[in-house]
Amino acid sequence: MLTLTRPRSAKSTQRLLDQYRLMVRIRAFEEAAEEQGGTGLIHGMTHSAVGQEAVAVGVCANLSRDDVVTSTHRNHHHALAKGIDVTAAMAELFGRATGVCGGKGGSMHFADLPAGLLGANGVVAASVAIAAGAAQGLLLQGSAAIAVAFFGDGGMNRGQCLEAMNYAAVYRLPLLLVCEDNGWSATTRISTVTAGPGFVARSEALGVPGAAVDGNDVEAVDRATSVAVDQIRNGSGPRFLHCRTYRLRGHTVVDDASYRPRTELESNLRHDPVRRCHRRLRDLGVSDEDITAAWSQEQAAVKGAVELAASAPWPAAAEAFRDIQDAGRFETP
Amino acid sequence: MMTVAEAARCALRQEMRRDPSIFVLGEDIQHGGVFGQYKGLVDEFGPERIVNTPIAEATMVGAAVGAALVGNRPVVETRFSDFALSAMDELVNQAAKLRYMSGGQCKVPAVIRLPSGLRRSSAAQHSQSLEAWFAHMPGLVVTVPATPADAYGLLLQALRCEDPVIHMEAKELWQSKGDVPESAEGLPFGVGRVARTGDDATIVAWATTVRASLDAVDLLAASGVSVEVIDLRTLWPWDKQLVLESAARTGCLVIAHESVKDVGFGSEIAATAAEELHETLNAPIRRIASPRIPVGYAPPLEAQYRVSASAIAATVADLLDVAWDSSPSDLSDLRAECGSSPRAG
Repeated sequence: MLTLTRPRSAKSTQRLLDQYRLMVRIRAFEEAAEEQGGTGLIHGMTHSAVGQEAVAVGVCANLSRDDVVTSTHRNHHHALAKGIDVTAAMAELFGRATGVCGGKGGSMHFADLPAGLLGANGVVAASVAIAAGAAQGLLLQGSAAIAVAFFGDGGMNRGQCLEAMNYAAVYRLPLLLVCEDNGWSATTRISTVTAGPGFVARSEALGVPGAAVDGNDVEAVDRATSVAVDQIRNGSGPRFLHCRTYRLRGHTVVDDASYRPRTELESNLRHDPVRRCHRRLRDLGVSDEDITAAWSQEQAAVKGAVELAASAPWPAAAEAFRDIQDAGRFETP
Repeated sequence: MMTVAEAARCALRQEMRRDPSIFVLGEDIQHGGVFGQYKGLVDEFGPERIVNTPIAEATMVGAAVGAALVGNRPVVETRFSDFALSAMDELVNQAAKLRYMSGGQCKVPAVIRLPSGLRRSSAAQHSQSLEAWFAHMPGLVVTVPATPADAYGLLLQALRCEDPVIHMEAKELWQSKGDVPESAEGLPFGVGRVARTGDDATIVAWATTVRASLDAVDLLAASGVSVEVIDLRTLWPWDKQLVLESAARTGCLVIAHESVKDVGFGSEIAATAAEELHETLNAPIRRIASPRIPVGYAPPLEAQYRVSASAIAATVADLLDVAWDSSPSDLSDLRAECGSSPRAG
């Protein structure tokens, strides 16, 4: 139980502490992924979400397990926030048979249907139309669930994203569009390739009401999402959140991001969402003991997941020929 | 008797009555669609299930993928197959791959309808037949019905299938008529149909070239040769066994398709037969297909793309070393010579 030294609703503080716990789970997971990439145990490229944890956690705090999300190449934080199992996720990064996709998807394609994760996507902005269609399907079924599309700032410049926003507005789909703007489209500063008066204006021009949020402040993301999700659940149609955050790592784990000024990284480190949340919890009177307990428990869980993944079996070669289609299946050689 | 368009509408209506998870996304479909293939459906199923969409193919197919992932069975009408190219990422990277990438969790039971091929001087961006593109892609089913019965049975099957299906509907066949069995059964994928039995040569065809091949056999009748015509009906999966058994028996294989010959699906059939039947065939394998040109607008230009009965007959006659009378009753050739394309309906 929480022991608070300052007066505040214990419930809301507990909510923040839960969010902090999820954020440090993501941070620990991403740092382990970086480390294991270095050891060669993680074979493929991973895109680290270090620095962007608050967006995933603040948004998913307002979703139930029935709500569905789609995501991008940088998706570990969304998947973990939506409830993917740490062990199954880590095993997937290792490409093992015990991975959440049996080793067939890897870092960019986490999918976990029971957790409502419809699949992360290696194609920028492809997540948007898929989520719109999921929302349309849910609406047709009379379901109370909603769909959420996570996508990046780079995705906002793709025709598919703009098409799908118009589409979602036309049919008043129960869809939350979350643009997680980390400032960088791979190695290109997003502002140098983006015209117009900004993403919220763009979204509103397409009929989707939007709001800009400090994406490094998990409480702000939580509050903005809560407002948007209430409106969506009430049948008001899609909503857009422009969450400004910062990519504290390179585009991939092997990108040292030397193209950006060192001072830019240093100033953004001061806004690290995990540290900000830690400070906020302390200000709210949560003891350092409670905070560090969350941190060490999550680190231990991730460490355990790494150990399990490293000793898990590879998928059998025959698996390469399964899960393609029912009709016209290959015979396994 | 009913037309291909009526048969297709009948299959869709029947399945939509049975399965409330089916809905259709397409431009203008509340007005019946470009070819009338959706006529009247909005009156029965309402605008939530017969959905008029913006012109946004990428989003339509992407949305179909998403709806399929949450348990619906969406149908996407692409209007002209050429426009499906605006949704290639959604078809190839999304619909075809999500099942695999997710380790079998995500299935995408979506039907993508592609009105295909030549029709009335529609020129280079409204006349293509892209079956080879889609058959190349693991994860997709490709159907190519040639008759009303198959238009009905294959669409029914597509609507019950767990995989994304590229359902190619030859525009020139919309109004062709035939018997459709009163059956609630779909046609299994990968089972071809022997449209004509014969012993001296095998012609493998699909969509519009099935009729042309049957006409070619008629043209050759006076020469005393007996030719088998196989309508593949689906290209992935394709009925390898039926083709190889027939070609092994006749010793002579011709493949006819009205789409670009080079790197076309006929090449896949020819290569398979060459690998499997090297010792058995009595003659070289031949492909009769469209040249590698965009489809021209003017009828004499469009006609260059067409695969005629006489071209098929000439090829078979040459392989069997028989003389044949290229009689004036060969309508396909007359069309080409007159520079007028056949009218559907």
